[in-house]
Order: sequence, then C-alpha cells, then structure tokens
Amino acid sequence: MTPAEADRFVESAAAYVHIPFCSAVCPYCDFAVVAGQDHLAARYIDAVCTEIGRSRPWRPLDAIYLGGGTPSHVDPALLGSVLDALADKHGIAPDAEVSLEANPEDFSTGTAAALRAVGFNRVSFGAQSFDPGVLSSLGRRHHASQIESSFESARAAGFENLSIDLIFGTPGETDESWGESLQSGLRLQPDHVSCYALTVEPGTPLGREVRAGAPAPDPDVQASRYETADEVLSRAGLARYEVSNWSRPRHECRYNLTVWAQGEYEAYGNGAHGFRRGRRFRNLRRLDAYLDRVEAGRSAHAGEEMIDGWGAELDRLFVGLRRTVGVANGPGTETLLSSEEGRMLVAAGVIAEQSGRMVVSRPLLTDAVHRSVLAQLAPIVGVDGDA
Amino acid sequence: MTDQARIRNFSIIAHIDHGKSTLADRLLEMTGAVSQREMREQILDSMDLERERGITIKAQTVRLEHEARDGETYVLNLIDTPGHVDFSYEVSRSLAACEGALLLADAAQGVQAQTLANSHLAIAAGLEVIPAINKIDLPAADPDRVAAELVGIIGGSPNDVLRMSAKTGEGVPDLLETLVKEVPPPRGDPDAPLRALVFDSYFDAYRGVVCYVRIVDGFLESGDDIRFMATNEVHEANEIGFLKPKTQPVATMGPGEVGYLITGVKEIDRIKVGDTVTSSRQPATEALPGYQEPKPMVFSGLFPTDGDDFEKMREALEKLRLNDASLAWEPETSKALGFGFRCGFLGLLHMEIVRERLEREYDLDLVATAPSVAYRVTMPDGEVRELKSPQDLPDPADRRSIAEPYVKAMVVTPTEYVGPVMELATTRRGHVGDMSYLSPERVELDFEIPLAEIIFDFFDLLKSKTKGYASLDYEPAGYREADLVKVDILLNGQPVDAFSAIIHRDHAEAYGKKMTGRLQTLIPRQLFDVPIQAVIGGRIISRETVRATRKDVTAKCYGGDISRKKKLLQRQKEGKKRMKMVGSVEVPQEAFVAALKVDEES
Repeated sequence: MTPAEADRFVESAAAYVHIPFCSAVCPYCDFAVVAGQDHLAARYIDAVCTEIGRSRPWRPLDAIYLGGGTPSHVDPALLGSVLDALADKHGIAPDAEVSLEANPEDFSTGTAAALRAVGFNRVSFGAQSFDPGVLSSLGRRHHASQIESSFESARAAGFENLSIDLIFGTPGETDESWGESLQSGLRLQPDHVSCYALTVEPGTPLGREVRAGAPAPDPDVQASRYETADEVLSRAGLARYEVSNWSRPRHECRYNLTVWAQGEYEAYGNGAHGFRRGRRFRNLRRLDAYLDRVEAGRSAHAGEEMIDGWGAELDRLFVGLRRTVGVANGPGTETLLSSEEGRMLVAAGVIAEQSGRMVVSRPLLTDAVHRSVLAQLAPIVGVDGDA
Repeated sequence: MTDQARIRNFSIIAHIDHGKSTLADRLLEMTGAVSQREMREQILDSMDLERERGITIKAQTVRLEHEARDGETYVLNLIDTPGHVDFSYEVSRSLAACEGALLLADAAQGVQAQTLANSHLAIAAGLEVIPAINKIDLPAADPDRVAAELVGIIGGSPNDVLRMSAKTGEGVPDLLETLVKEVPPPRGDPDAPLRALVFDSYFDAYRGVVCYVRIVDGFLESGDDIRFMATNEVHEANEIGFLKPKTQPVATMGPGEVGYLITGVKEIDRIKVGDTVTSSRQPATEALPGYQEPKPMVFSGLFPTDGDDFEKMREALEKLRLNDASLAWEPETSKALGFGFRCGFLGLLHMEIVRERLEREYDLDLVATAPSVAYRVTMPDGEVRELKSPQDLPDPADRRSIAEPYVKAMVVTPTEYVGPVMELATTRRGHVGDMSYLSPERVELDFEIPLAEIIFDFFDLLKSKTKGYASLDYEPAGYREADLVKVDILLNGQPVDAFSAIIHRDHAEAYGKKMTGRLQTLIPRQLFDVPIQAVIGGRIISRETVRATRKDVTAKCYGGDISRKKKLLQRQKEGKKRMKMVGSVEVPQEAFVAALKVDEES
C-alpha cells in the first residue's frame, strides 16, 4: 500500500461495536469482558441497537468492526441485527469491510454460514498459538485442530478475508514452538496476521501472578521472536504494515487503517472508544452500568478528549507512526526532528525522514518515539513572525 | 544583677537519647521557669528535624531560679550543648561558658563515645564534672555498672554518682542541690574591662542576630557601644537580657551572668561563635581564648534537578545560613549536572540535615554528589592549594604531593566486637592506637584514620558489625601525605565530572569496579549501548555495558483507548524527566550517590 493510499483512510467512515461476552476470561485479558453472562446477550444487543438508533446519522460506513470479548460467542442473528441498525442509521458502503472477531471454539460451519449471510465478510480468529502448552498457559480453551477446522468452515462459507491473531513471548514458549506456530498459521494461508507480544497488564490474573513472583515475559526474548515473525511472514508474502500487523497486498484491515490515519469512527457498546467530530470518547466500561444508562434513555458516554490545534497534530503522529508508511511531514515532525530528542532518535536509527515523510524504522521502539512526540510543545510564533 | 556567689553555670553532656532534653524540661518545670500548663514536650529541641531525630543541633540556653535547701535563691544557667560529633567546636564554646558539667549516662546503655569525647573536653576545660545516671526506672537499667564506668572516666566513688529518672522526676531535686553545692561559682573580675564570650547565636526575623553571651569580666550595659574582638566590628548593644526561656530585657549584666545580646546585625556570619565582646570605649587588651573560624570538613555538590531552581536554591541556602554560620557554599558548574553549589559542611550529619531542610522546607528536588574532603595539593612551586572537588585535582605531573585530612577517632564498643572494629578501621587505612577498658565489658579504641574513609559508610558499617552497640566520635588530627589518585568514570566515552573521586591507590581498582558495577544496575537501558568505564590517568581499570533497549512498544493500539495510551506514555515521560541527561545518556539521580551506599561485601 502506498503512503498516499494509507493516508486516504482519514476520509473513511468506520464504526466499532463492542461485544463483551466470552465463555471464560483469559488470564492476560484486560478488555471490558464478561463470562457466564450469556443470558444478557439479547438484552445487550438491544441496547446497542438503541444506542445506534440514537446516534447522529453519518454517511455510509466503509468499515465495521465487531470486537470483544468474543463476538462469535453470540448468536449470529443478534449480530446481524446490529449490522441492520448500522445500515438503518448510517448506511453501509457497498464495498465495506465488515469484520468480527471469533474464537476457534465457537466457530462451526453453521455459524460461519450464518455470519456470512447476515453480512460479515471478514473474520479475525483468536488463534494465539498452535502449541498446546502455550495455549493452556494462556488459558485458551481451544485446540490447534479447532483453529484449522474453523478456518476451513469460514473459507467454505465464502469468507475471502481471514486473519489470525498470534501471541508470542509467553513464558514456556521456545524459539522452536514459536517458529512452528508461525508455520502452522501460514499453512492456513491467512490474508492477514497479527502478532502480539504477551503483555502483562496490572489488574489481570496474569498481572497478579507476575507480581507474586511468577516469571514475566523477557523483553529481549520477545524482541527476537518479533524479528523471527517479521522474517517468516514477509518471506510468505505477508508484509508488515503496522507494528503488530502483516497482510497480503490489499488485505490490510481497513477499520484499523482508518484509526491510524486519524480517520473518524463511531463506537457502540460498553467500554467502546470512538473518535467523532474531533473528540475521542469512551463509553461506560461496566456492562451493567452501560445497560442501565442506555435503557434509561441516556447517553453511555463516560468521557472525552478534544483533539484540536497542536494536540491534533501530535495525535496524528501518535496514531500514524505505528504504520510502516509513517506520516507525512508537518509541524509535529518538524518540531520533533529539530529537537535534541528527535536528533537522538535519528542517530539511533529509530526514526528516519524519507520523501517528505517520517517513519519509525525500528518498530520495537515505537513507544520511545511516542514519548518524544507527545512531549513536543507547540512552536512559538513570535509577533514579528520570525521565530 | 546577681551576686556571682549565687550563680551556677552548667552544661549537660549526654549521648543522643540519653534523656538530656527530658531532664532539661523537668528542670524548667521544677524551678517554675515554665509552668506545667505551658510545658510543651521537650521545649528546648524546637526545630522539627531535631525533634524527629532526637538530637539538638542549635544549643539553647535557659536561666533557672532555684530556692535551695539553705534558703538562698540561686541562678542556675543551663547552657545546652549541640549533640553531635560534627559540632565539637560549638560544644567546646558552650563548655567554655560554664563552670560545671553534668555527665549524664543512660542506665541501660552506659557511656558512649560521644559522651566520653565531650567529658574529655569538659575536664580539659577545667569544669567540675558531676556524674549522673538517667532512666533508672528502665527495666534494663544497670546503674551499678554504669556508675563504675562513670567513675572510671572522671574518678571519685560510685556512691557519689547521682541516680535519677528525668521522666518521672525521681532524683531531680537532689540534682538541683548537687549543682548548687558542687558547681563552683563564677570568679569574674568586676573591675576589669568587659569581656563576654559569644557561645551561640541565632537569627530572628524581626530582631536580627541574637547572640548568647556569658559575661566573664566587667559589665555589659544596654545601649553600650561594644566591639567584637575577632571581627573587629563595633555595634551598639540595642538590647540585653536573660533567657527565662523567653527573652527578658535587663539594663545591666554582670560577671558570671548568661543571657542574650541584640545589636541589630542582620547577617549571622558577621557574628562568630567563640568571639569576645568587649567595650568599645574601654576595651580589654586580650580576647578570651579558644576562638576558631568555622571550618567545613566535608564537601558535596548539590544541584537542583530542575535547572530553573538554581536561584530558588541560592535563596534557600542564604536563608539557611541566617541560622547556620558554618554552612559554606560557592556556585559550581558541572558538565553532567548543570548549575549548582559546592557546599561545605562540618560533617556528615550537618550535610544530611542541610540537604533534608533544602528539600523539605524549600521544596527543592536535589541531586547530591558523593561527599569529599578538603585535600591539600602542593604544586611544583611549593604553593599549597586546597581542593574542594575531585575534578580540580591537577595531573600527577603538575603537582608535587597531595595530603588528606586525618581524624582522631574514638570508638566505644562491647569487648566482643573489638576484632571486627579493628578490622574495619584497618581496611579503611586506620592506624589503631590505644585501647582502654571502661569496664570489663566495654572498651574504648582510639585510632587515626583519613576523614575520607569515614564519610561514606563507615558509621553504618560500624553499627552493623557491632549489632548497633558501638559509638563513634572523632576530631580533626591534621593532614598527611598519601598516595592518592583520581578515578574518573566515563559514560559513553565521556568523563562525567560528578562521578570523579579521589581514592587511595591501593583501593582505586576495587573502587572503580564497584562503581561501574553499580552504575550498570542503576542506569536504565537506552536507545544505544552505554559503555561505563572507570579510568585512572587514561588507563581503563574496569568496564561494563548497559545494553541497548531492544523492545519498547505497546503491542496493541487500535480504536480502543488511544487517549489512555497517550496519557500513559506522557506519564512515563514525566518520570524520565527526573533523570539527568549526561551527554546523551539518561542517568537516574540515585546513580550520583551510588558510592555512598553501604558496601555489603566489605
């Protein structure tokens, strides 16, 4: 994808819908999720549709993403009603990307066909690993064979755009088992792969275990595994286009490209985050609080951040620099590149300037770049205009 | 004015926590100077830090009136002494204002090094020393053993040792009687020209410098023109009076009396402790003996973390000096730490207190460099230069020799720890001298040791090797030549001035290894490898490397929580601001005092 194509996603209209239900909560997960609350699914979908119905009409959506939680854990017909509500309110562009996240254990042939029938055209599977040891240490409930069968079901149902998520750097994983997981994933011929370093979040069961002395992921090991992934995936024709994402040509996730191009997106459901009319906003995180608010006829918004002026420029760099295409030069890149920190980042080969753009050449150090970006102050323009 | 025969001037010599302040409170209460209702706990230790640490830094003084059993009323001037080894000159001046000293020991802990050192001072000053044991109400009290120790120091009979509890008041009335009986009255010459000893001073925001004085000879009258003999400054005695403990103005003070003097001087360093006040019109020919300029022993660079705080820090130091003439400083520029001050202190405690006050009372965030002593360098032309900072040491070719300050140290320890204490002193280049038994269980060890060897962690090590039982006191013992070298630390190939240290050649290699090892654990990983080298005169003696960060990235960043992630990274950035940029290397503040940490292995 060319930089110009990537930047054009700033014009997209996207929507994120959060589906919090899971069969069980994974020990490393810090998203807004619930387990054992399936009886609330119909009521919740109702509330989401109500929230969509109340939002201000926009324009036909170019990308829709149902994330979780485990959207595939919910009845496809209910998910279909969400798409209907979005179509009613905003419309859905004819070539729109309509994604959902799925777990291999929830994904039968029937499910696949039903999801395809209600309008989904892209599935992102939470495969995580093909190593039984790693899967069990991650608290995952599926087997490698289920990943393969669910993938086949999706293909059979006509899904032409499939992705898998993999997690690396779990204590207990080895160089060999990671290499094998990558190979097993590639054998499915996915259109898109996301590889995430296992991250220990405070407040999760994993976070508590690590604090109590359980082994934490080794960042140097994770760095090596990341480099392995990049090598293996690019050799297989999957090019990296963001820190943790690789795809076949033209199969980049368009919803995510919208976010990273600083495009706007609606957000519905508990804990969902959106960006509309210059504001980054978030919904109430707790499922019960969300239901109460929406059912009481009130907004589910819990807070927002105005993105304007210099803050908007830094925000553009913050989201855009995660992409391999980087960002077009602007006041933010100029300020950074002329700062002491910017010069150090260039000297260390972390960032580079090329053909009117700034890119992060060492994606494993993106946070270091981000810290420097966010610390830049707006240039002061003197009254005589020479500053 | 009081007849000299009715005046008793005395100090209390005691170790930290042996109950000096409690006893002072009890005396104030029992003589009616302060009613019980007015009584604040430990009124004499008024500064917060002093209260927290249970030590007295500024001496305080109070005039008590006591009706003795003989029916006469006596004036008892209690001249408090600062309670720490750093302030031995101040202690000596307070003692010089007295005729007697109460030697107070804890009934359980017995005599400690500092008490011993101060009682030697008192005996040398010709004071009548009255032994007393405090805290006899403690379950662990062993007054007979302690009485034997006290008698061992000052002679006499164990039966003459007073026994009391300042807490309950038991024995305190007997103490008052003993003071009247045993402390000799002053014998000043009322007909001689005025001579008064300045034994302390403090700054009052409204009245300027308040001096504490002891009239030795002659009379001091309110409104007199007076001359300070050491500084040769002439001022008017605007107000004089007694400390009861509140100031109470009087018209005249005669021989033997103790009180305050206000001249309108605003700068505390213009009034020197130990100076002699005389009359301007009819001056004394000879000053009282014993005056010395306050002399810093220990130096450390103090730098504000935020460069913008430099002026604020200068103001804070000036305010601190209002009450602490011994605090010295000059601006210092460090390549690593920017603009700050090279500060001179009387000793380690003094340094710690100043630092804490700057941070606490003036809200400054400081980086302190490792303390050093004042070296004397003899240049090829014979000129002797005093070196306050290691980075000023000339190259070996450009100097003839270096001398370092020594101290005479005294350690009092239970006998079973004599071995470890001697070993510690020897590894720190100390020469062990006399050893004398205070009692069959406790021994006094004397040795001479370079001051530089005790300013880092010596006291902590001494405490840990003796399970906390040993105590330490020291006094300056001149300069000696030594084979000293400068150890430089290079970060990323660049020397960091703030890390330079002057070390004895035999210990330099070990020091270099220790520093590079510690810095490797203290300096966080950066965008590039950071080599750390210890160097003596161009020769690398040790090397470590902080490996570059390989991974510093958030794995997932989608439409979700972008605002939260931005905030998280901004917070992390704020945290990094507390580090100092040394060239292109981020160095945490604690690295600058790495050398101070107790060395577990030694």
